[in-house]
Amino acid sequence: MKGRPRTGLAALAPFLWLGVFFLFPFLLVAKLSLSDTALAMPPYAPRVDWSAGWAGVRAFFAALDFETYARLTRDSLYIASYLSSLMFAAVATGILLVIGYPIAYGMSRFAASTRQALLMAVILPFWTSFLIRVYAWIAVLKPEGLLNTFLSQFGLPELNLLNTDTAVYIGLVYAYLPFMVLPLYAVLEKQDQSLLEAAADLGCTRTQAFWRVTFPLSLPGVGAGALLCFIPMVGEFVIPDLLGGSGTLMLGKTIWTEFFANRDWPAASAVAIAMLATLVIPIVLYQRQQTKMIEAGR
Amino acid sequence: MKRGPSAFNIASVVAGLAFLHLPIVLLVVYSFNASRLVTVWGGFSTKWYGALLRDDQLLAAIWVTLRVGLISASLATVLGTLAAVALVRSGRFKGRLLFSGMIYAPLVMPEVILGLSLLLLFVAFGLPRGFWTVTVSHATVTLCYVTVVVQARLISFDKALEEAARDLGCTPLKAFFAVTLPNIAPAVAAAWMLAFTLSLDDLVIASFTSGPGATTLPMRIYSQVRLGVSPEINAVSTLLVGLVATGVIAAYLFQNRRRGRDA
Repeated sequence: MKGRPRTGLAALAPFLWLGVFFLFPFLLVAKLSLSDTALAMPPYAPRVDWSAGWAGVRAFFAALDFETYARLTRDSLYIASYLSSLMFAAVATGILLVIGYPIAYGMSRFAASTRQALLMAVILPFWTSFLIRVYAWIAVLKPEGLLNTFLSQFGLPELNLLNTDTAVYIGLVYAYLPFMVLPLYAVLEKQDQSLLEAAADLGCTRTQAFWRVTFPLSLPGVGAGALLCFIPMVGEFVIPDLLGGSGTLMLGKTIWTEFFANRDWPAASAVAIAMLATLVIPIVLYQRQQTKMIEAGR
Repeated sequence: MKRGPSAFNIASVVAGLAFLHLPIVLLVVYSFNASRLVTVWGGFSTKWYGALLRDDQLLAAIWVTLRVGLISASLATVLGTLAAVALVRSGRFKGRLLFSGMIYAPLVMPEVILGLSLLLLFVAFGLPRGFWTVTVSHATVTLCYVTVVVQARLISFDKALEEAARDLGCTPLKAFFAVTLPNIAPAVAAAWMLAFTLSLDDLVIASFTSGPGATTLPMRIYSQVRLGVSPEINAVSTLLVGLVATGVIAAYLFQNRRRGRDA
């Protein structure tokens, strides 16, 4: 048996790359959230005055403060959009579980050849542009859109859904459904069917067998799907921007507006740090779970 | 014995797939609508596609997007494959937890945060924003997807083959190129495709990291979408959907045929 192949050097390149382009930028965001806005380009202060040497660096650190965070907590808009983001993401994750589970479960019941085709049909929208899929809903939901044309043909009252919170929920559920179905399906497809037979032999009805055997065994898939949807939904921008109304508050939109419209870079950074602090635990859970699944597949 | 699908199973799958596909199908259908109104069918027409060819700004955006996609996907595939090899083959090394964290975090991290942090990096180093900053940003995010796809394949690949090559006198590098790489090639190709489509698709990160002269197609579509639904956007969306669907289905058939031959 030879020694372990030396892959350390190969690991170095992507490691360095991610260090520079992923990890280090977060320090910059954190630093900027402690800075103040300024009428300059780039629009923040302080900046390190390298020509002043050590004194310049010291002056730079002395000028950092938590003023931006204090400003954010004084304005109820930020708190409201923080809470409403979590609310949107949590409720949409719940809806996704309720409608995603029967789909994934149904798929797993089909014969192997059909399953492949069904899997393809679920993956295809995932590859289709996110922006285009959200855009497609505008044509459906707008006041003189396809949904209302359809409803009026049956003499039903019209619905004004575009630019409402309902439209945001529809968009979130629609866009993230494949992310919920795929991990659930992966777990359900592998489940040992003889367990259900055993449950039946022991006198379980089909419903009992589902709740006592199938569902508990599928919990890793439920966890993976929920995290995979919840985390990015908290920071979602495209969906609330295109489908939501002016009253729809979400952090992704707040960061975007602070950055592009108000040019308040420190505020955008502080909101990003607050969001990140909230998401760190779910992200670590997700990483743990993925690593565990990979170890199990070894 | 396996119970076949019940009526409820079939109904939920059909309803789910209809929900996923119907909006896209409607968009494709209405891109061939002669009328400018969304809900009035004015007969079949391809005039909106003709209009695309005369839209210079749009064509420029498509060209930028394709170049960003090709370069960033290739960069991401090389880096991501290296990362996958490192994670699967080297067992426990110092900083492994940090490394795998850096791979998994960008997969779920909200795009606004990624975009903002990358932008601040470029500003801090005084780099002018444009084509290369978008390309590097896309490569950074998509390399994590590449790692996950390639990693799954590497785990199922028999390590003994690589060891046999080493015993027969191959250097680790040669063993990798002669034995490992051909075996994981389908996954690497699929990963490249994924990275490429993700890059084609991205609006948020590109909006933060792009500069004048490097407007990508999603940025262009977004600025038009804000003005409302238009048949031109339907047409360009249909082309994009068609392109991606063809690519994905071709990749799927290709992999299936390979699998059939291997068995």
